[in-house]
Amino acid sequence: MCSLALFPAPLPDGQTTLCESNNELLSGSDAEERPKQVRSTQPQELSPLSLFFPRESLKLHSRTESSSRAAFLDHSETLWMRSAAAWWDTHTHTHTHTHTHTHNCLSNIGLFEDYIIRAATVSRRLLDYSTFSALFTFCVARSDCVVRAFAWHPHTDKFAVALLDDSIKIYNPKSATTPTLKHRLQRSVAAVQWKPLCASALAVACQNCVLVWHVDPCSLSTRPSSGCAQVLSHPGHSPVTSIAWSPSGSLLASASPMDTAVMVWDVAAESCVPLQRVGGGGVTFLSWSPDGSHVLAPTPSALFRVWETRMWTCERWPCVKGRCQSGCWSPDGSRLLFTVQGETVIYALTFTDAPAGISTGTSKGPQAAAVVADLSETSFNTAHGDVIVGGEIQSLAWDPRGERLAVLLKGDPQAADRPAIIAVFKTRTNPVFELLPCGFVQGEADAEPRLMQFHPSFQHGALLTVCWSSGRITHVPFYFLSAGVPHFGLSGSPLLPRPQERCSALANQSLFTEMIS
Amino acid sequence: MFSTQQSCWFIRKVICWRAAASIAWAVLLLPPVTAVFVILSRFSLLHPIHTISECFSLLTSAGAIFSLILLCGVILMVGFLNLEYYTVIPTIACSKIALLGQLLHPRQFVNSSAHCIMGIIVAWCCAVTIGGRYETIGYPCTHSDGSTHMCLNEYHLILLLAGAFVGFSHSLLGVIHNMNFVSFHTVQQYKYLRFKGSLPLVVKCSATQALYSVRNYVVVYFFLGYIPKAWICKTLNLHLNSSIHPLDSIAGLLDLSLLYHLWISATFLLFTWYITLLLFRIFVTEVYNFPVQSSFTEEAHQCLPKVLTDKEPMILKFLALQDLALLSQHSPSRRCEVFSLSQPGGHPHNWNAISRECLSLLADLTQRLVAYHDTVATNGRAKSLSTGSERKTSSETSVTSGTEDLMSPRPTLMMKTPASVFARSIVGGPQSPLTAPFTPDLDSPFASPSLRRLTAPVEQCSPWHGTVQSPHVMRRVPKLWSTSTDSQANGSPPPSPASVASPQQQTSKPSLLAQFLQNRKEQVKHFLAKRVLIMYLFNKLPEASSQALFADSQAHIWALEGISYLIQASFSEDQFGVVQTALPSILSCMLVLQEAVDRHFKLPHASSKPLRSASSMGDPTYKTLRFALRATLKTAIYRITTTFGDHLNAVQMSAEHRKRLQQFVEYKD
Repeated sequence: MCSLALFPAPLPDGQTTLCESNNELLSGSDAEERPKQVRSTQPQELSPLSLFFPRESLKLHSRTESSSRAAFLDHSETLWMRSAAAWWDTHTHTHTHTHTHTHNCLSNIGLFEDYIIRAATVSRRLLDYSTFSALFTFCVARSDCVVRAFAWHPHTDKFAVALLDDSIKIYNPKSATTPTLKHRLQRSVAAVQWKPLCASALAVACQNCVLVWHVDPCSLSTRPSSGCAQVLSHPGHSPVTSIAWSPSGSLLASASPMDTAVMVWDVAAESCVPLQRVGGGGVTFLSWSPDGSHVLAPTPSALFRVWETRMWTCERWPCVKGRCQSGCWSPDGSRLLFTVQGETVIYALTFTDAPAGISTGTSKGPQAAAVVADLSETSFNTAHGDVIVGGEIQSLAWDPRGERLAVLLKGDPQAADRPAIIAVFKTRTNPVFELLPCGFVQGEADAEPRLMQFHPSFQHGALLTVCWSSGRITHVPFYFLSAGVPHFGLSGSPLLPRPQERCSALANQSLFTEMIS
Repeated sequence: MFSTQQSCWFIRKVICWRAAASIAWAVLLLPPVTAVFVILSRFSLLHPIHTISECFSLLTSAGAIFSLILLCGVILMVGFLNLEYYTVIPTIACSKIALLGQLLHPRQFVNSSAHCIMGIIVAWCCAVTIGGRYETIGYPCTHSDGSTHMCLNEYHLILLLAGAFVGFSHSLLGVIHNMNFVSFHTVQQYKYLRFKGSLPLVVKCSATQALYSVRNYVVVYFFLGYIPKAWICKTLNLHLNSSIHPLDSIAGLLDLSLLYHLWISATFLLFTWYITLLLFRIFVTEVYNFPVQSSFTEEAHQCLPKVLTDKEPMILKFLALQDLALLSQHSPSRRCEVFSLSQPGGHPHNWNAISRECLSLLADLTQRLVAYHDTVATNGRAKSLSTGSERKTSSETSVTSGTEDLMSPRPTLMMKTPASVFARSIVGGPQSPLTAPFTPDLDSPFASPSLRRLTAPVEQCSPWHGTVQSPHVMRRVPKLWSTSTDSQANGSPPPSPASVASPQQQTSKPSLLAQFLQNRKEQVKHFLAKRVLIMYLFNKLPEASSQALFADSQAHIWALEGISYLIQASFSEDQFGVVQTALPSILSCMLVLQEAVDRHFKLPHASSKPLRSASSMGDPTYKTLRFALRATLKTAIYRITTTFGDHLNAVQMSAEHRKRLQQFVEYKD
């Protein structure tokens, strides 16, 4: 079963995806020139900011290509660290290739990866190859993009952008000021996330700590002082590469690929509880289910854990082939989609709640994961020749209503006809889980998608925000009427007139339908 | 009567069993810990195998069994003391003198002496297990004249005294670090996992604490060691062996092996006690599931709505609130019981009782904050006034500025000492158990007489003593305190609110004599304020009063969480609309509290973060409770606004509250 064959062909060069309306993806050659029907159906509202951060605009850490050795090890290191580094160098011939790559990557992007590799080199428990490669892929994935991390505020239209020079900018369409956050400890930012049920708190995963900024939305200051930031650090817990707020806003989890423990922070008290389990060797990322009941915590080895947040016990899920690359939760928290490195399929796990009344019981997990989509390589005939789409999956994102699923395919950076591309599926979770093809989201020529996130409270459907390798941030709206239950806190019905049902044969072909046994 | 019976029920049926289980586990853990101690204390690098076999033979000997039984007795005693002295609301000393009072309290004296004795017992067991030169207190020695006597074994003595010293300092540090405070964790874990997670911390704490204690002990022994030595010799009729040089000298104390044994014994002692404490904390804070409603009337007093309203014991109230917060978050079926109606009659008794109790908790905190803020704001105003007038008058007359200069230490003193007294006099009328004694305990016999002399007259003579609560009056007080009598006599504005009338008359009645007395008192105070020691003792510790104000805020945090989650769930689960009726009052209560908390955080020291001390068994969470409360309060309001959205426009509330709520709806706060 190859899912991509049913997709419409990718757009020719120069065309970018603008939005989805009336069940089809509309494209144009220029972002300004929007098709008429879009403008007519699009509700009059504040359109979110599209931003562009050219690489030259940032003052980056100056590193020359040639002197990578100097960049690699600080001269201030102790004798022990140097000897350990030397030992590593001499004993890891097999990884030389990786090392060279890393060197290049390093000199491109500066401090953070420098730190990671150095940490890997002199690690106490010498890292196995998988951890190393996990760090490596992380570093490559982020290498050329000026935007390091991106986060929508869960309730309003503002968002935070972390840039390569370790500053964070906060954009709010309703305010003229753009606060820039800088802190002495804010180095090598890997992730940012806003605290739910709060207007101001922004957590930042930094090299040695987690910073929690309190940015007053009414303040006119463009440079909040570092006194507005709380520093959460724990010895041995670095570099922090992923963070996740609980949906109730009470707890913050942080993880590092170098630390086997997941830290659960009580941010107000600045205290943490390490959740330690043997095996795996680190945690590569964290994803808290929207209903707050589970946390996905994959490790750099072929194993991932799903924590249950009631009593903080975990289920172990060994993978056959590789490590868990990415994952996302359905809005009701009952279904987890994940992808595995080296495989081109999406798996699904279903979690059902414990029978009501047993409050201490952990939820009973499923027995095995089911394959829901196969994204193996498929070639499309376009006017400009064959284009091959598919392959390994970089990341997944599911919109908060559970109707669109975006899949970022890695592609091959060397081959011109295998671009990195975002494939979007239509999904339905009730009464059975279904996947339908929607289309590809493409940006400008030579720009590859790096990060993507759905707007958490877009009223007219779903809004996918994509950060491109060129430094551009664009928003792709998907206009549709939600078929699911009425959304909490929304004022009235959606403004959109119901689009005429132009049921193309394409849209009716279901890719995956769950069998009810 | 009924409530005491019920508290007996809970203490008897739950807390005692939990304490017993924790002690049992501590006793079970004792043999392995002792084995590790024996191995570490007798280990020699040269003969590792020989040492281990020796240790095994020692562990199975009768002496070891006897000392193990003794140690079990000590553990039982420590567990009992934990149960007796634990508290869920920390007592926070606002000044050095209050801390001193706590340390000298008879209850604390009993605790300290018990720990001293237990320390000696543990040290004796250590001495017996380590063996060698430590084993006995006396040994036969030959004098220079050839006769044999029993001589004092100073190594044995130094170890016993070390045990006493470490036990005593453990008990003192327990007071200073609030070690008897039991905190509840936000992250629920199973007991075993929590124990396993905290074990490294306990090892680290006991090792570092032992190191500090031994360092202090060695210094003390060096200077004062001759006293117990002479006393023991006299009472036990032992002699000092003059051929061996004494241990209370530099050469004697620089014995590395001795220091190591002292340290490892102290570590062993502290470790066993800390383990007992840790287990007690873990067991006693475990979640207890109260039934929301029961079909049997004899169990009605054990149901959540009834238990919540109980004042005593505090642990029952805290566990009930914790259970409320958890059920509202995780358990739809129990929430359903909360929203249900009573069978004959159809009244939402459960919801009414729960929401009423939560609201009264929040209102209590609001009132406390407002009262505190008013007293502090008074003094803050006084300060600004005096400095302002100083600037104004300095150009006119040098005399006035001179008097102002004299007065300059006054505001700080007023800030520091009497504020707490006032707070108490206002707040603690019928002192509810939740209102922690956040002031130095003036009624206790251990508050120094000078303190009483200093503060009591102020309390009585302060014109707004007793009934007054309006901030208007309090703000005018600094004028009464200023040196210029005429401004007080002439310049007092007519009281605007009617309620203020009676105290105002009270203030105007005392004539010149009272003024004179008051001025005298001020002068005495200024005189005292210049003495360094007095200042040191009476200076308010920064942010201590703020901590004390929020000492029991864990209860408020749970109340906020519980009620906001219940309201969130009511949006879809409340079939009869029982929550809707209470929504306006809950919202206004939260908004008022929010305002009070915001105002409190504008005070100096209120928003400064405490230093984090990692290596202490004392739980520092009480120091940050105010931040947790602030965050929880905001989250709770946001939870309600996000859930209800525009429906909130239909809720009746005052214009001011609506404006404030609108900020939350728009995510601007």
